[in-house]
Amino acid sequence: MLDAAISGLGHVFEFYNFLSLFIGVVMGILFGALPGLTATMGLALLVPFTFTMSPASGLIMLAGIYVGSMYGDAIPATLINTPGTPAAIATTFDGFPLAQKGMAQHALVTAAVASSFGSLLANIVLAFAAPPLAEASLKFGPSEYFWLGVFGLTIIATLSSGFIFKGLLGGAMGLILSTVGMSPLGGDVRLTFGFPELQAGIDLIVALIGFFCLPEILTSIVGQRRRSYTSRQVNPSLKVIGEVIRDLFRQPVLMLRSSFIGTIIGFAPGAGGNIASMVSYNEAVRWDKHPEEYGKGTIKGVAASEAANSAMAPGSLIPLLTLGIPGSPPAAVILGALMLHGMRPGAELFSAYADVTYAFIMGLLVAAFLVTLIGTFGSFVFSRIINIPARFLAPVVVFMTILGSYAIRNNVLDVWIMLVFGIIGLVSNKLKFHPATIVLGLILGPFVEEGLVQSILAGKAAGSVIRYMTLQPISMVLIAMSLMSALWPLYASWREKKRNPARGAREK
Amino acid sequence: MKRMLSIFLALVCVMMFAVPTLAGKYPAKKIVYQIPFNPGGQSDLEARRQQPLLEKLLGVKVVIEYKPGGGGSVGWANLVRKKPDGYFISGINIPHIILQPLARGNAGYKTEQIVPIAFFQATPIGLAVLKKSPFKTLKDFVDYAKKNPGAITVGGSGTWSGHHIANLQFQKMAGIKLTYIPSKGAAPSVASFLGGHVQALWGNSNDLYQHRERIRVLGFGTEKPFAPMPEVPTFKSQGYALLASIDRGAGAPPGTPPEIIQVLEKAFLTIANDPAIKAKMLQDGFIPIAMDSARSKAYIAEKIKQWAPVVKEFKK
Repeated sequence: MLDAAISGLGHVFEFYNFLSLFIGVVMGILFGALPGLTATMGLALLVPFTFTMSPASGLIMLAGIYVGSMYGDAIPATLINTPGTPAAIATTFDGFPLAQKGMAQHALVTAAVASSFGSLLANIVLAFAAPPLAEASLKFGPSEYFWLGVFGLTIIATLSSGFIFKGLLGGAMGLILSTVGMSPLGGDVRLTFGFPELQAGIDLIVALIGFFCLPEILTSIVGQRRRSYTSRQVNPSLKVIGEVIRDLFRQPVLMLRSSFIGTIIGFAPGAGGNIASMVSYNEAVRWDKHPEEYGKGTIKGVAASEAANSAMAPGSLIPLLTLGIPGSPPAAVILGALMLHGMRPGAELFSAYADVTYAFIMGLLVAAFLVTLIGTFGSFVFSRIINIPARFLAPVVVFMTILGSYAIRNNVLDVWIMLVFGIIGLVSNKLKFHPATIVLGLILGPFVEEGLVQSILAGKAAGSVIRYMTLQPISMVLIAMSLMSALWPLYASWREKKRNPARGAREK
Repeated sequence: MKRMLSIFLALVCVMMFAVPTLAGKYPAKKIVYQIPFNPGGQSDLEARRQQPLLEKLLGVKVVIEYKPGGGGSVGWANLVRKKPDGYFISGINIPHIILQPLARGNAGYKTEQIVPIAFFQATPIGLAVLKKSPFKTLKDFVDYAKKNPGAITVGGSGTWSGHHIANLQFQKMAGIKLTYIPSKGAAPSVASFLGGHVQALWGNSNDLYQHRERIRVLGFGTEKPFAPMPEVPTFKSQGYALLASIDRGAGAPPGTPPEIIQVLEKAFLTIANDPAIKAKMLQDGFIPIAMDSARSKAYIAEKIKQWAPVVKEFKK
């Protein structure tokens, strides 16, 4: 296996292949960075071009796009509070506050380094442990998905920071929004109010642009007539790069934990990076000695989110390459590309086509290094974007929000939905609602719903729904984790009160 | 001078009216080929395979545009509202375009509104169990289901889909009751099946072919045995007249002139009959077909007749 890996690496460093990889990474960063363009679209657009290439160079290029986009989405998340893809929602929590403090470069370098680290670790797992892990991924059935969704929802406790009722309300709103359109399982049409166009449901990216990007512009730029996005200008310097890398390496536990969470959630088919980064951020807050730093601009928050969502990418390829089951939408496109080159996922991919397969895996690995390079040096350019005066930047951003929400499905209705959500976001910001709870509900709604409906059907056939849903090892672990996660804030405040009675009382 | 001018003006007028007939040479500009699903899906891959060949045959640019949502209904609702000038066509899928209007009431379009150009690919649907399953044959499966109504769980993609309707039809033909467990798409249903979370699966031929080493296909919903897996018997040969498949084709807006349909039909059929394309499809686990516009229309009508009562009965 090691020689296959080394010969794969050799393929990557052939001039033509390396050029493809580089172009792929740059394109991936662009597709990730522009809200409305996604990694899935970037990959799908390039698949036809790989027809004419040799399988190895074609797949190496796709590897570059996938890895690049997982970093690219952090750029708008940091600079304009708009996650480039849903996987970067958690990056906005600390990335944007950092930019506000004039530390945009810190955030961007963190994103690049953490992304590479996560991707690297997940790749090693992919290269050496894919087959057994893929078998494990099949153990995830309806009840496991249901409990994973429930566990995800407990993150509301962290996100709503003290205002638990508002958080729950936001989460419930998100869950309801997620049911708009055609029901994925029952096939019936819900909450469309007679508009056939609404059968498509509410797209996550459209909701993200509406809830995150628009309110920010409306309040801080238009509302307060600010001259620029941030109160402090950013001054990129080489010193920052060294500083950030040093700080990140002082947090080995955070980095490793985030990467493992990303890898594991990646290989559970269908879960994807959206959840990975949220879960990882939540765990980072939970286990940190200074949880109060999060949300106010700490590179630890950015690192937790980005390491996880980048680790998810190779993670999602584990069930794909070994079983032909895509763990994420971009992985589904890669499956299509493999099939077009006559390569069928499964054991023969690691034997008959080992050459190409390892070239692809090594492509992912080298792409991670390219991301570090492009990300750290690019941070000089990217971070200066927010120094552009608001009267130039804001119109461009507004234009991009409209274009982006249209482009995602070529649907004008999506633009209207985005605008409506923007106004809702504006009001909810004023009421101190964090839109992330709504978006969390929107992401997890389908999981919980599908898992529950399937569990009830299968449970009835097996004799007992309750037994089916609880008496399985993975489900039991997830139930325990959900309970722990939901009750943690209570425990934390109790511990705080005990240690520091005066402060605990004041916060009440 | 004045006379010259009036002659000239008259000529201009004549020319202006004549333009539409002169421009009757179709196609004269780029054609939009809508895919009502996400990029990267099977419908997209097929369209991408056709795109360069269509451009060569038609002599104009062909642009692929995605309009996903509602299992395709958003795209088809868009299609039937487009100008019927042949410059906007869309990928169409059976049973989707038939079952959505039947089951949803208002899907945003009616099946009859879509003018089929051609169908070029069939994906037979089969019923499979894992290799380690005690059901060795379809007979074992049916016998067990007769004794234990509702005890066998069968996975598939969605409700009112090809898999669901096959399940409804098969239950009726065999006089059994199964517990159908829908998933959101074919990939998750295959994952759930391979993980043993359902006992059997309604699957597309390409998926079943891909996982052939781990599974046993009990039957395919085809007339003749499925070429890439000839050892698997059809439902028909085992006494159930079940024909089930997902068919991909292309369609145009209502009212598109027959001359235009003919031009497009010829191009699509030329590609569908290309031996290299056919070989590629078989290798991926699909069946290449080349069904012209008239036959497509008749096929759709026949399927409506077949499915309408099944949907009605289940909806009760």
